[in-house]
Amino acid sequence: MPDQNAIMAATKSFILSEFLEGEDPDELTEDVELISSGILDSLATLKLVTHLENTYDIKIEAHEADEDNLNTLVDIAKLVASKL
Amino acid sequence: MTPLHRFLEESAARRGAHVAIVAPSGRTITYADLDGLADRVRDRLVALGVGRGDRVGLFVHKSIDTVAAIFGILKAGAAYVPVDASAPAARGAFILADCGVKACFVEGAATEALEAELAAKGASPRILEIETPDDGASLASCLDRCDAAQGKAAVSRSAEVGPDDLGYVLYTSGSTGKPKGVVLSQGNATCFVDWCSDVLAPREDDRFSSHAPFHFDLSILDIYTAIKHRATLVLIDEEVGKRPGELAAWIERTGITIWYSAPSILTMLVQHGELATRDHARVRIVCFAGEVFPVVHLRSLMQLWPGKRYLNLYGPTETNVCTWYEIPATVPEDRKDPYPIGPVCAHLRAIVVDPEGREVGRGSEGELCIAGPSVLQRYWNLEEQTAKAFLPDRTDDRWYRTGDLVREDPEHGYIYMGRRDRMVKKRGYRVELGEIEACLYQHPEILEAAVVAVPDEAAGVLIRAHLSTKNGEKISLIKLKKFCSERIPVYMVPDGFAFHPVLPKTSTDKVDYQRLKTGA
Repeated sequence: MPDQNAIMAATKSFILSEFLEGEDPDELTEDVELISSGILDSLATLKLVTHLENTYDIKIEAHEADEDNLNTLVDIAKLVASKL
Repeated sequence: MTPLHRFLEESAARRGAHVAIVAPSGRTITYADLDGLADRVRDRLVALGVGRGDRVGLFVHKSIDTVAAIFGILKAGAAYVPVDASAPAARGAFILADCGVKACFVEGAATEALEAELAAKGASPRILEIETPDDGASLASCLDRCDAAQGKAAVSRSAEVGPDDLGYVLYTSGSTGKPKGVVLSQGNATCFVDWCSDVLAPREDDRFSSHAPFHFDLSILDIYTAIKHRATLVLIDEEVGKRPGELAAWIERTGITIWYSAPSILTMLVQHGELATRDHARVRIVCFAGEVFPVVHLRSLMQLWPGKRYLNLYGPTETNVCTWYEIPATVPEDRKDPYPIGPVCAHLRAIVVDPEGREVGRGSEGELCIAGPSVLQRYWNLEEQTAKAFLPDRTDDRWYRTGDLVREDPEHGYIYMGRRDRMVKKRGYRVELGEIEACLYQHPEILEAAVVAVPDEAAGVLIRAHLSTKNGEKISLIKLKKFCSERIPVYMVPDGFAFHPVLPKTSTDKVDYQRLKTGA
């Protein structure tokens, strides 16, 4: 079972390749605000949720797919890990 | 003419116990209570010296408190200026200072930041704090606090206003980098609401969606048509409005019957809302406006939601809806072209002109111009832009130039062909690419900035910024997005950034937008 660090690393590379092409990976630290800063808009957030559901075979409920649960890499890893 | 606030007063007198509004929390308020709360707002504003022609700001999320404040402002004879409470406070403060609001309702959490930004601009309107907007209770306690501090406000009468009195000022993206205020009168609004009555034939058991934010002109149909017809207005939380699963559940739970939003919201519902698992049988009319609805998604929607009326409404904030087209019951499988925007609304007139302002022959492409009682009075404090917005040298009427290129089809009315300038629609929001460039130029490292919109199947358009920097090095995309999100609304933040040593130029040394667009 992947631990939170592994989930974080995998999610980081997904976000970099999918939404931040050309970005220096060092800039995407674990506490960068992804949603409140506009890095992920609503469509990108939906894409991310679908990716997480498929990769980890989990279900993220509609009410969980928001800024409170997905705003940083740490938040995302926590949410995913809690469902494994 | 029946003033906007009289709609509420008449409905409260005739159907006082009926639910007027459902808040995003699910709490409700009756017509009698809503009208009573709005009366208290009016009395307090009058006591503060607010009267006919004054402006009062709203920096509050959608709630029963907000709607009561709107009607109270109108009852006082003033105009309301709704500001996007989710956008940066600096932008909100610019708008409120620009139109010189005398008072402003502000959401608790935003008060400090907004007051600081207002002070920095030398503005000091009377701040009325609505701590946690929801079912009207916060607005009531705000008024209680005023009563305790300044004595109970005397009961006044609602203002007698005419069609030329100000109703509201809606700020839209401005090409020069600053939002511009579209000044709309009571008469502008009521003639449109009367048109909605004719076309929608609302019933007392209707439940209108309120998806668009109040600073967006779609809200005029939602609020005033619902209230005029003693129906119920169902407010949709801004965040829920972007989450298809929850949105689909809210439509079912609240029994919405008349829907109105940008097409991109409906596309999102079709693709991610699992509509087949929901009971949306009560929806009877679906209106959409603000951008082109791709036929492929419209067809899917009509298959998932059969047996409803589908109306394509078209019109800029400056005129509200000015043409409309009712989609036929079935969309042919092989149809790819978007549907027309249709013939001009019954209360307005339309012509199509060439770049010199001369009418073109029927069927030729040109710019759509609109005249009639819903056409804006002016832009706030922008005489030059106001003059440019109308056709010069016409003595027969004030013809507003929409900037939209159309051609007239003898059978179906107008067909939308594109824009003549640099405005785009993203998720129904009006975005001036120039305003984004003006934001980017504030960045200390940026030398040149050019922003273009490229079509995208899922999002409608994607906004891409092309940049060159002073030291020739790239800037972190994360830092750039953060920089933008602190200055402009999130929907205006570019989706992508590309760096160039220098931006490509045309032979006259202007930025070559065409090359940037095509990526050549």
